Amino acid sequence: MLHLIVFSVFGLVCVAGAINLLVQRHPINSALSLVVVMGSLAVEYLLLGAEFVAAVQVIVYAGAIMVLFVFVIMLLNAGVEEHTKGSRVAMLFGIPGVLIGSVLVAWVLLQHSGTGSVAVGALPGPPKVIGWLLFHDFLLPFEVTSVLVLIAIMGAVVLASHPAEVQQSAQPDEREG
Amino acid sequence: MNLGEFILVSIIKIVIAVGILLTAVAYTVWLERKVVGHIQNRWGPTRVGPFGLLQPLADGVKFIFKEDLLPPHVFKPLFIAAPMIALVFALTSISVIPIGNWVTVFGVHTPLEITDVNIGLLIVLGVTSLGVYGVALAGWSSNNKYSLLGGLRASAQMVSYEISLGLSLVGVLILAGSFNLREIVDAQGGTFWGFIPRWNIFQGQIVAFFIYLMAAYAETNRVPFDLPEAETELVAGYHTEYSAMKFAMFFMAEYANMITVACLATLLFLGGWHGPHRFGPPFVQAILPIFWFVLKVFVFLFIYIWVRGTLPRFRYDQLMAFGWKFLLPLAIANLVITALIVALRA
Repeated sequence: MLHLIVFSVFGLVCVAGAINLLVQRHPINSALSLVVVMGSLAVEYLLLGAEFVAAVQVIVYAGAIMVLFVFVIMLLNAGVEEHTKGSRVAMLFGIPGVLIGSVLVAWVLLQHSGTGSVAVGALPGPPKVIGWLLFHDFLLPFEVTSVLVLIAIMGAVVLASHPAEVQQSAQPDEREG
Repeated sequence: MNLGEFILVSIIKIVIAVGILLTAVAYTVWLERKVVGHIQNRWGPTRVGPFGLLQPLADGVKFIFKEDLLPPHVFKPLFIAAPMIALVFALTSISVIPIGNWVTVFGVHTPLEITDVNIGLLIVLGVTSLGVYGVALAGWSSNNKYSLLGGLRASAQMVSYEISLGLSLVGVLILAGSFNLREIVDAQGGTFWGFIPRWNIFQGQIVAFFIYLMAAYAETNRVPFDLPEAETELVAGYHTEYSAMKFAMFFMAEYANMITVACLATLLFLGGWHGPHRFGPPFVQAILPIFWFVLKVFVFLFIYIWVRGTLPRFRYDQLMAFGWKFLLPLAIANLVITALIVALRA
């Protein structure tokens, strides 16, 4: 019972943070709301028994990725956003669309309630189990993902370096040398 | 243990742990002023109490009674929240750090820490990684270019060195096979050939220990990596605009982080509370593990202060190059070699 109450409270905090993220006009407030969302998601994972995933959620998302978001906002010194009133088309189709979508999701979940509900502490939690799953059962997908991340890193390096400028600045040096 | 008893025991332990931590913070500041004073051929604090021992108390009273200035043009909610964020996360991380074995006090059997969790190490890393927000937001919300530069430097530095810090710990995790700090310490009990203790630092993790040491100095913004508050270029970095207790909170957060880092080093590399404890009457035998733990933490803190009194500050590009081009490859190499040795032994 206590679990259920805490779970619901953090679920509400999570949704409130997500709504606040959209409503806030200053980017740094939005970024901090996202941190709240990440943190409450971590608590939800913890309550479901996935302790390792919860810790990684905090370390990677709240502690590293969101710090970089805040870093970029600070670096650009981004000011208050100007809000437009939004297009009428979005209002006309967006709200019914969201309603239909959520009803569909709820209906699907209720139809398959046998698979949809997870008991408290039912998820594979201990790091040993996660490690076994990653490096034994799902070894190939895991390694393929790491190659994907490597490609992304190489792309970032290529984008960050300016090959044209490097060549231009290198040529006079060679002539002098 | 029923719910009421559990809550009562937890509250008592939290009060004791926070009390000890804050006292330790105050006297680490005193120790630092004393030791740095002697290194620089000065006396340090001498006037308040014997050997200046009441100086932290006088400092605290002074901080409380100073006027709390709120400069104009700051981003008020975050300016006020930033020191709280820094201090809260610095104090939280102590909750999963064990300082000794299980004890029975007044019929209650309890571990010598606030709570014993399976993923203790990950919780410490997660909580300390959130501490960056205090520093970064303080720098940004102050609306001051020196503060902003300090906050930017701090966040970039902490995120960069966190990687080397984390990788240096993986070797220890491989040897112990657990994230539980208590199990990691238990794996270091006993000796090789009867006299060399089985601490991780003597089990081939000495390189990892020095990587951890250097990354920890950068994580806690201490000399020689105190670029975020480099007073010769940035006035005081991210806390330039802070006064009174708000400034004191940053100060306390920094020293609490130092103590956490020292505790973690003791638990992971220096064998925790293990030491020669088979002599003396039963009471001494019960106290000795805590004594060894505190002694190791003290040595680690002393080295911190010694380094501060000895080394000059790095330049910022040197700091980044050192972190990414030297510490990170070294940490990866250490991890690969440790994993290979463990795999060959198995």
